[in-house]
Amino acid sequence: MLIESLPQLFEGLKITLGLTILSLLLGSVLGILMAVGRVYGKKPLVFFIYIYEKTLRGIPLLVIFFLIYFGLSQIGINFDPFTAAVLGLGLRSTAYQAQIYRSAINSIPTGQMIAARSMGMSKLKAIRYIILPQVLRLSIPGWSNELTIVLKDTSIAFSIGVIDLMRQGRYIYSVNHELVLQVLLIIALIYFALVFSINKGLNYLEKKYKMTGFEIEIER
Amino acid sequence: MNMLKVENIHKIYGKTKVLAGVSFTMEKGETKVIIGPSGTGKSTLLRCINQLSPPDKGRVWLEGIEVTDKKTDINLIRQKIGFVFQEFNLFNHLTAVKNVSIALEKVKKMEKEEAHKEAMNELKRVGLKDQADQYPSQLSGGQKQRVGIARALAMNPVIILFDEPTSALDPELIGDVLEVMKSLAGEISMLVVTHEMGFARNVADEIIFMEHGVIAECGNPDKMFKNPEKKRTKEFLGKISSLYGEE
Ligand SMILES: Nc1ncnc2c1ncn2[C@@H]1O[C@H](COP(=O)(O)OP(=O)(O)O)[C@@H](O)[C@H]1O
Ligand SMILES: [Mg+2]
Repeated sequence: MLIESLPQLFEGLKITLGLTILSLLLGSVLGILMAVGRVYGKKPLVFFIYIYEKTLRGIPLLVIFFLIYFGLSQIGINFDPFTAAVLGLGLRSTAYQAQIYRSAINSIPTGQMIAARSMGMSKLKAIRYIILPQVLRLSIPGWSNELTIVLKDTSIAFSIGVIDLMRQGRYIYSVNHELVLQVLLIIALIYFALVFSINKGLNYLEKKYKMTGFEIEIER
Repeated sequence: MNMLKVENIHKIYGKTKVLAGVSFTMEKGETKVIIGPSGTGKSTLLRCINQLSPPDKGRVWLEGIEVTDKKTDINLIRQKIGFVFQEFNLFNHLTAVKNVSIALEKVKKMEKEEAHKEAMNELKRVGLKDQADQYPSQLSGGQKQRVGIARALAMNPVIILFDEPTSALDPELIGDVLEVMKSLAGEISMLVVTHEMGFARNVADEIIFMEHGVIAECGNPDKMFKNPEKKRTKEFLGKISSLYGEE
């Protein structure tokens, strides 16, 4: 019985992974933009981003999910559960990732921006070619931590009806009551194994890209 | 038409008047050295010239184009004004040769290969051919600064501004950098803030002594070292020479 239900769990796992990847991607893209905006942008933009970060970090994920899925539908904006979950996870991750990238930007000696500008690079080019490549490398530890948080938090998406690993598990044990403990343990094991191997993998990546020449020096 | 004309530059930070009316001109191929006590506004003056810190008042022209004009494309002008920093400010994630070629590729829109070739030429010029593939953290201070000079040279500027290029270096590494700078004298205009009196005396066409945000006195090295008009100039030069030696 347990063996028979594994394919079903596997279907759920695919949704869980899809949810993780898409929300993380959304959070990375918006997070980088917000970090850059907050460090280099003009006052009103900086203020807006500040408010965004504080707000999204101050609301429980479940409330964000419900706001997007049920709340917005009341004013005529309807998402399917999966999209709503990606938005919820992604927009919240944006707030956390923005902070990761921002502290990375701030750790790069200001002289590098000045040097780039003094050669006639526009601010955007300097950000693109000088600042961001360093920021991304510096952000790997924070980003891998965020990845595991997002992965784990996808499990909350079942509350708005996403058929992820968690919900597939529930389908299984609601028909086979004697399997509750086993199924939940398997789910826990799957999450754990994923988080564990992701951390290992990214640790390796971090070491690899901490290539010669990227030990950050104190220049001032 | 002067190659560089700096006219009545004023700069105020908060309540401190850092520059209070600085004017001078430079011609093609000239080397001028700016000396003066710390906090006098020497760095600020250099940053006013390439508009890293635009002056509050006064104007700057480069080859007849007004740099301080808001309508001037400053990114275009800055390509003609090299800048060498006390703290090198190399890009940590790029190898020496990439440090030199990146602006050629991204600003001057050169092909990758051409930019690389050009960058290698400049590295050769500063004696760092063998270090091309090393990252800044693998280079000594003197080598870093020579990469900084190569990076400025690669843009083919009409003038290079040096802000205390040897002040962050261990004494034994200063010589190499000064050698490179000497080799450039006459080929390219240089405006150099430095305490290296040997360089000032032997290489400069003119020495500008700044104090309290103005030019206190200027003249050729002979006059400045032997018969300065102002007592203050003599005092300062004496003090610096005994501190840093005369080569
Ligand atoms: N960005 C800045 N903001 C505020 N004050 C500054 C800034 N840059 C320089 N100053 C002040 O201007 C004065 C002159 O500085 P600087 O040009 O660096 O002098 P120097 O290079 O001759 O030592 C100093 O008192 C310094 O504190
Ligand atoms: Mg200075």
